[in-house]
Amino acid sequence: MSVKLNTRQVGDVTVIDVSGRITLGEGSSALRDVLRDLTAKGNKKILLNLSEVSYIDSSGIGELVSGFTSVANSGGTLKLLGLTKRVKDLLQITKLYTVFDVHEEEAHAIRSFA
Amino acid sequence: MTLQRPAFYGGLSSSIAKKSGGDRGAELKTVEIGEQAVIDQDYPSTLESVDLAEASTLEAAAQAGFDEDEQHRIGMSLRECMVNAVVHGNRYNRNKIVHIRVLRSSERFTIQITDQGEGFEVKEVPDPLDETNLLRHSGRGLFLMGAFMDDVKVRKIEPTATQHSGTEVTLVKNVGPREQ
Repeated sequence: MSVKLNTRQVGDVTVIDVSGRITLGEGSSALRDVLRDLTAKGNKKILLNLSEVSYIDSSGIGELVSGFTSVANSGGTLKLLGLTKRVKDLLQITKLYTVFDVHEEEAHAIRSFA
Repeated sequence: MTLQRPAFYGGLSSSIAKKSGGDRGAELKTVEIGEQAVIDQDYPSTLESVDLAEASTLEAAAQAGFDEDEQHRIGMSLRECMVNAVVHGNRYNRNKIVHIRVLRSSERFTIQITDQGEGFEVKEVPDPLDETNLLRHSGRGLFLMGAFMDDVKVRKIEPTATQHSGTEVTLVKNVGPREQ
């Protein structure tokens, strides 16, 4: 299963629901395109819901990092929601877990943008 | 002709040696007694090959008795290494192949990934955990292999009249309790 991305608006926060695998190729480029598009349209508050992401490789991690920095460079904020144990472990061993603002509950994550 | 062996095999006194054919004929492959080659396959330099090799390796790891978490670590290490081989080593050149060899014994599960690229120096790979590198887009693959496997060896293959240049990476997962 490749990656699927669905974008929805909750107040002034844009939530991207991601499911499947974020790996080199289609998965990572699809995520890059969505984040680039949202940033170009001026979206400043982006919440990436990874609760249905079954697998992420180093290329996928690279896209998360690039998305984080590109959104920040445009004056916005990108946060993460609902990490699976494997994705959380991966961010921890790569020392990226504390770089991102990570949330477990969507309502809490949405409020944190205020 | 200089005979180079992966460092991993260097200390094995109870090993037998056999020659493989083709362009790798110059390499002397050593196999521990009791070690069985469960995968010995050439793959074209495509991302589709990465998926196929990952699936085959995961199946072999499951058959070797590793639990789901270890299968995930083994599969991901193979994927990271194979991506490096296809993208950075062979640079998607369809005339170059990536060779995967998976060996299984009662003590270890060994994966050898060999590309036909220019090779690289491990010491020149930036540390992805260094503060200045944390937000880099790439450069975490080799680190993840080291984190997920019990042993990782990288050997640069020098070109000869009968052998391509390249890189051989040996990934080892011990059977039994994970070494801390």
